[in-house]
Amino acid sequence: MANKYANITIEPIVPVEINGNEEITEVKNANIDIDVGSGAEMQTVPEKKKSHMGMKTKKTVGNVVVYAILIIMSIIWILPFIGIFIESFETATGGTTKYLWPRKWGFDNYINLFTNPEKHFGRWFLNTFIMGLIVSVLQTIFVLAMSYVLSRMRFKGRKGLMNLMLILGMFPGFLTLILLYKVLADFNLTGENSIWGLILVYVASSGMGYYVSKGFFDTIPKSLDEAARVDGATRAQVFFKITLPMAKPIVIYTILMGFMAPWGDFVLASYIAHGVNDGMNVAVGMKDMISLTNIGKFYRQFCAAGVVVSVPITALFMFLQKYYVEGVTGGAVKG
Amino acid sequence: MEKLTDLQYLQMHKLEKIWYSIKCFFFGIPGWFVRLFKSIWTKIKKFGIWIKDDVVDMYNIFVHGKWQTKVSYLIMGFGSIWRGQVGRGILFLLFEAVFILYMCLSGGYWLSLFDTLGDTPPGTVLDPEYDVWVRVPGDDSFKILFYGLISIIFILALFYTWRLNVKQNGIIDKILADGKKIKGTKDDLRSLVDEQFHKTLLALPTLGIFLFTVVPIIFMVLVAFTSYDGLHTGYNDLFTWVGLDNFNLLFQVNGGSGSFSVTFGEVLVWTLMWAFFATFTNYFLGMLVAMLINKKGIRLKKLWRTILVLTIAIPQFVSLLYVSNLFGETGLINETLKSWGWISQPIPFWKDGNWARAMVIIINIWIGIPYLMLMTSGILMNIPQDLYESAKIDGANVWQQYTRITLPYVLFVTGPYLLTSFIGNINNFNVIYLLSGGAPDYTTVGSTAVGKTDLLITWLFDMTTGADANYKLAAVIGIMIFLVCAVLSLIVYNVMPSTKNEEDYQ
Repeated sequence: MANKYANITIEPIVPVEINGNEEITEVKNANIDIDVGSGAEMQTVPEKKKSHMGMKTKKTVGNVVVYAILIIMSIIWILPFIGIFIESFETATGGTTKYLWPRKWGFDNYINLFTNPEKHFGRWFLNTFIMGLIVSVLQTIFVLAMSYVLSRMRFKGRKGLMNLMLILGMFPGFLTLILLYKVLADFNLTGENSIWGLILVYVASSGMGYYVSKGFFDTIPKSLDEAARVDGATRAQVFFKITLPMAKPIVIYTILMGFMAPWGDFVLASYIAHGVNDGMNVAVGMKDMISLTNIGKFYRQFCAAGVVVSVPITALFMFLQKYYVEGVTGGAVKG
Repeated sequence: MEKLTDLQYLQMHKLEKIWYSIKCFFFGIPGWFVRLFKSIWTKIKKFGIWIKDDVVDMYNIFVHGKWQTKVSYLIMGFGSIWRGQVGRGILFLLFEAVFILYMCLSGGYWLSLFDTLGDTPPGTVLDPEYDVWVRVPGDDSFKILFYGLISIIFILALFYTWRLNVKQNGIIDKILADGKKIKGTKDDLRSLVDEQFHKTLLALPTLGIFLFTVVPIIFMVLVAFTSYDGLHTGYNDLFTWVGLDNFNLLFQVNGGSGSFSVTFGEVLVWTLMWAFFATFTNYFLGMLVAMLINKKGIRLKKLWRTILVLTIAIPQFVSLLYVSNLFGETGLINETLKSWGWISQPIPFWKDGNWARAMVIIINIWIGIPYLMLMTSGILMNIPQDLYESAKIDGANVWQQYTRITLPYVLFVTGPYLLTSFIGNINNFNVIYLLSGGAPDYTTVGSTAVGKTDLLITWLFDMTTGADANYKLAAVIGIMIFLVCAVLSLIVYNVMPSTKNEEDYQ
């Protein structure tokens, strides 16, 4: 027993020396974290009693202006979505109309959307959903592995790897599609089977999106790792038993991003699907619905499709909003 | 230009100071280049020395090595297997076997045609029996280029592994000479979850990046030096190396309007304009909104934030396509305004160049503000409130508080973000393609039509689709986009203090 204690007190000196720089900055971070609390609380600090009436009215006027701006903004931001929603219930077929409020309400568009023999919306939805599920799992594994290593371990070539990814990120991504399409076509992973080709493409290079979660791992104190290492844990055990359980917010953020990516992707999906109806995701399919030749016929169904796609995604997003906000804020601060 | 001392600088008027910094920036540019070339030169020198040392090392290991080591120079992994490192040895041997097999079966063929990208074009012959023309496949330039590249990568990989193998044998020799124990396969496997755990974790992600990003990018860079296009795809006709011809097309001076070089210049200018406005309008307006919501005495903060965040959740293409139609010639906005009698002719939102450009920037604000609001409100909360308190006591007004406290703080923290966001906007395909599709006022350049709102990236996309695709020029434009981004990043990294040291951020 005595031996073990001796170890514990002596060992940590080494890592502190190596990471002296980081230890100090961690303290800085801790300070900032405390400020978050105090910053938020500041609003409740009682204002100094103002004897001057002019100040008070000035403040009220200011607040009224701010409220007005916020209300107008909210309306502008929400309006298009309400527009899609309302228009999707208009039973009149045909293209865009001159009025927003439906003349006759009904679910016709939704029924047509799923029974329409030309445009297989159900298939697109299913395609995208399957891709979302698989990509979210695999991409999370890739991203976490990459970001954990870059955040925690120092090895030869680490800096080079990060610089390489930085440089690769500056090439326009879909330039690579010309080659990828041809190669995937050789393996029959395009057209009808394009979801498998797409999954491969999404997942394979997903390690390059490590910034946000690396930033998160950077904030977890290294001393925890060191303590566990002293107690004889392997690096793998540290990763699985200590870091991962603490990284729950960023894991959820990564899963959420992975799930949402296929829903919004247009370029890649349209390239790989190559015009085959059954291989499209919702974005490609719906863009086709309101292309110049189709818009007269499918505009209302497009609105209905928009609602069908948006509702589950929005619900999921709202449910996990907390984690998303954490990711966005953290990612920006860490670069 | 003469350098001023600190004292002289401080004595200057405010405007003079600004003018001085601008001058410093531009006069510093030659210095950068000198430093850049110097650092490249030292890198090359270092690399040369490294290679020399390595060759000497290889020689020494061979001369002083045991016979097992000497055999390993030909049969990779032999020394390792013989002396107990079976796992590593078998991997070396396997790699060598696969390499030889690949080179004999196909790699040699692809490499032999790599310098011309194929000699016999596909043709047709008359089938005498059925009296129809039958396609006779010739060389496929595309495949030659691709598999040739793969073969070259394979050869480089073999060099690297061979070197590893020799070094490994050198290490074994040394350990045996010292009379220590050699680590076996079991130890290797154990270290993969411990000391070498990063290798385990990185294996798949880096392999993925290599195969799906690095190789295709090298391929596309090579394509920029060939005559690969829709008519010469390798399958229907050969293409070949053309040197710098495609780049010359880009820098032709006497092209005139509609030529490739002039259009490229126009699109590049608009792309940079777009990226500038898209980045900074979003940035400052997003910050403003965040400040409004975080203002003291404003209630329902959560509600305002949620309304904005809601719009992030809805897939972009739905909102973009809908809004695009909203502003269409017969869209809801125009029709409503008409029915109210405010206008007689539809407003040409997407039909007029300037309108369309303004519209994409404005609608992009609509899309971008929620993200920026979220991001900046997190940062704003981190600013120590006592700074504001003391500023107020000193009599600073709201604007002064903003420019002296808020803005520097936020700028410092989000510096790297601004750069990534600028580069992201240069490559912002979705917003432009789904909103305007590049319209209006198309000029036809080669096989593609370029509109007033087309960015380099959307133009590139148009070039890579369709039967008359122009892959070679697309590759050239892709390289140009890369150069623009790289130059910008270099400048920013040189100027901005907050991007310099990664460890500072931890």
